Amino acid sequence: MSLTREQMAMRVARTIEDGSYVNLGIGIPTLVANYIPEGREVMLQSENGLLGMGPFPTEDEVDADYINAGKQTITTVNGSSIFSSAESFAMIRGGHVDMTALGAFEVDVNGNIASWMVPGKLIKGMGGSMDLVAGAKNIVCMMTHTDKEGNSKLLKQCKLPLTGAGCIRRVLTDLAFVEIDIENSRYILRETAPGVSPDEVVSKTEGEMIVADDVREMDV
Amino acid sequence: MSGFDKVVNSYEEAMEGLADGMTVLAGGFGLSGIPENLINQIKKLGVKDLTVVSNNCGVDGFGLGILLEDKQIKKMVASYVGENKLFERQMMSGELEVELTPQGTLAEKLRAGGAGIPAFFTATAYGTPIGEGKEVREFHGRPHILEQAITGDFSIVKAWKADRYGNAIYRGTARNFNPEIATAGRICVMEVEEIVEPGELDPNYIHTPGIFVDRLIQGTFEKRIERRTVREA
Repeated sequence: MSLTREQMAMRVARTIEDGSYVNLGIGIPTLVANYIPEGREVMLQSENGLLGMGPFPTEDEVDADYINAGKQTITTVNGSSIFSSAESFAMIRGGHVDMTALGAFEVDVNGNIASWMVPGKLIKGMGGSMDLVAGAKNIVCMMTHTDKEGNSKLLKQCKLPLTGAGCIRRVLTDLAFVEIDIENSRYILRETAPGVSPDEVVSKTEGEMIVADDVREMDV
Repeated sequence: MSGFDKVVNSYEEAMEGLADGMTVLAGGFGLSGIPENLINQIKKLGVKDLTVVSNNCGVDGFGLGILLEDKQIKKMVASYVGENKLFERQMMSGELEVELTPQGTLAEKLRAGGAGIPAFFTATAYGTPIGEGKEVREFHGRPHILEQAITGDFSIVKAWKADRYGNAIYRGTARNFNPEIATAGRICVMEVEEIVEPGELDPNYIHTPGIFVDRLIQGTFEKRIERRTVREA
């Protein structure tokens, strides 16, 4: 069985250490915030200038001066801080944010990521994604393993215009947790979703993939 | 105006001197912290062929989006522009030139522009279409691209409170690009919700020092919300 979006979020949330500053991209990564294990303190960074993002406001708390990077109204937690865009990206580009989870259209065996532009379709812009992939220390890419037609999104070489080159080393899909061995241009299969065989994952991966000796089924 | 007093009494006075072909740097993220009345004044002035630098371009009918209605913008420099049908149409037809810039690079270009730094190297966008044609240099074993600073003829920013000298405080995430934008324009026009007397704001809590501000005006703001997202009480 492939993982649900929620199970993917849980798998990533478990790896976030106590005391981490974390930036979550839109889509599945946003769900990670809902599953941070009890007892761990985590500060969520919103790149428009907030560290310590809280839940959505109640109707009475809505305030136009408090939004997140997705332009949704939000609240702040105790101990949060607010800063300008340049300072926000000093945190990101300077490598101060401990972890980033973001979505992608494609990744490849050289750690390249494409996530912002499909030629011929409407181009809305990259927002902060190019800064995040270039600057964050610990990036987890969260995506479905294949597209709707069943084509692999874990490629030998990205086909779409890149968001960043050589910056992705860990990918969680609905089928597997995979590391990218950039030095040898290949994927290493570390964990499979429950009921999914390593063979199935390999067959649905376009780029070269080796199966780790200690490959195991994911706890979900 | 006399001495350090930056206060002007009308929006006409605030935007005086803005002319066709100029570059306007505008604060705000989405619709939060945008200088909405200064944008309205630019619309009223009818100036054309503007280059506008701002993270986004407003929405249809509000914020920078209204400057598209009479085709006042020739070129837009932004990181994300997906919220606007008119923008889309003008971009697709080639009437509007668009330079997409990574958000952090955009903030740093403005910071550098205001700080007298002409260019800087960054790893952001190396190997992507944005990095094509730009000078590449390796630092610490990693390739970086050369990005040039941004300056402009006018900066238009929105703060929460300022004293008459232009010492300003922002509120919440409405701060965003405003502090960097304030430093990067030849003439910085700031609009605020409240103007107070010098001495009323604690100097320890000033975000933009008055030296960066040339004209200051108090306005009333609609503060439209783009994505009202709430939870049950």
